Amino acid sequence: MATTSSSEPNLQELASARAARSAQNAWSGILFGVGIVAFVDEAVFHQLLHWHHFYDLSTPDIGLVSDGIFHAISWFATIAGLFLFADLRRRGALWAKRWWGGVLVGAGAFQLYDGTVQHKLLGIHQIRYVPDLLTYDLVWNITAVVMLVAGAILLTITRRSAISSS
Amino acid sequence: MHGHGNTGLLSLDLLAGAGVVAVACLYFGGVVAARRRGRGWPGVHAAAWVAGLGVGAAALLGPLAEAAHDNFPAHMAGHLLIGMLAPLLLVAGAPVTLALRALEPRQARRLSRVLRSVPVMVVSHPVSAAVLNVASLWILYTTPLFDLMTGSPFFHLLVNVHFLLAGYLFVASLVGWDPNPHRASFPIRAGVLVAALAGHGILAKYLYAHPPTGIPVAQAQSGSMLMYYGGDLADAILIGVLCLQWYRSAGRQLARTTDALPVSSPAPRPQNAGQRARRVARSGV
Repeated sequence: MATTSSSEPNLQELASARAARSAQNAWSGILFGVGIVAFVDEAVFHQLLHWHHFYDLSTPDIGLVSDGIFHAISWFATIAGLFLFADLRRRGALWAKRWWGGVLVGAGAFQLYDGTVQHKLLGIHQIRYVPDLLTYDLVWNITAVVMLVAGAILLTITRRSAISSS
Repeated sequence: MHGHGNTGLLSLDLLAGAGVVAVACLYFGGVVAARRRGRGWPGVHAAAWVAGLGVGAAALLGPLAEAAHDNFPAHMAGHLLIGMLAPLLLVAGAPVTLALRALEPRQARRLSRVLRSVPVMVVSHPVSAAVLNVASLWILYTTPLFDLMTGSPFFHLLVNVHFLLAGYLFVASLVGWDPNPHRASFPIRAGVLVAALAGHGILAKYLYAHPPTGIPVAQAQSGSMLMYYGGDLADAILIGVLCLQWYRSAGRQLARTTDALPVSSPAPRPQNAGQRARRVARSGV
């Protein structure tokens, strides 16, 4: 048939597909970011290093509930985020920069919540049971803030370019 | 005394074994009836059904069930098999679809009327199925009920059958392959699954610190960790299937819209676009 360049979507089509799926790009990244941080937390800090305890027996019940809910959300988010990602690829609407922005925001926000509310306020468990805990807490939370800020910048930039391209 | 206890156990084992065989026979009777009516039945469903019954039987009978009487981790392994893995496999067996194919049209219509009725709708809603499962777990492990169960083989069997049925209801309400006239929306199913997963995980960690009556601390700790991670594994399968169903239905919708509205400009290629989208939707990623 009369197909020339039309078998692949051109740049304008790509831009409009991305703009139409702008929120999905961000959310897919955020969900995956939340999930991947929780996964690294479980795999590296609980299972490999044994720094974190499965259950610090001094944890109050509210800490247990918060931990359980966030664990469930992150488990779901990892898988759902990947399916949203696959859907974006299928539609030719994947916007890598915005997706990574979402990943960093999700990862940073979850790690900051874990490092402040869950570790400190609710006392679920500490990062590591050592005397100079403060260093660990600082590295943990500063990493979280850096990820959160970098992700927010990426999300803002991609929001602007979505407006200018449409 | 001792001899009497053994006979009691033996007859209960026979009862459970006969139940499993009867359910398998019923299913294959359905397959034969469906074939006779000129409607085939995919081997995948039959294999899933047999595997589900096998997993259930492994939890009810044999060495694992034997060990579960005085070993908490073994009990928990049995709980994961009968309450989580077996229901997944049995739901994949699509018994309601099989029944609708095997029955006479009049009986099939009656069955589908029953499935559409209000009581069935209430019981098979994800929220009620999840509450039934999670509440049963909390009641069993935090009250003297657990002591009663480990002391009485009959009650043990009853509790296991309860968890098998409740688990079936839960999985079917979330991802069933069978027709479901009242299927809840995707956000509700996702929310219920997350909440149930949280309820299960919180109980597992709670048991780590508060062992059920008569369970030594070491056993409670290894058993509750098995419950926590094993539950995660089973729920990952459930989440994956739920998301895959969303992905497929979004793909079908994508194929329809691309058929209806040509994506690009005046160039006359709506058919090509539709075919491409359908191909993509079928091929997965």
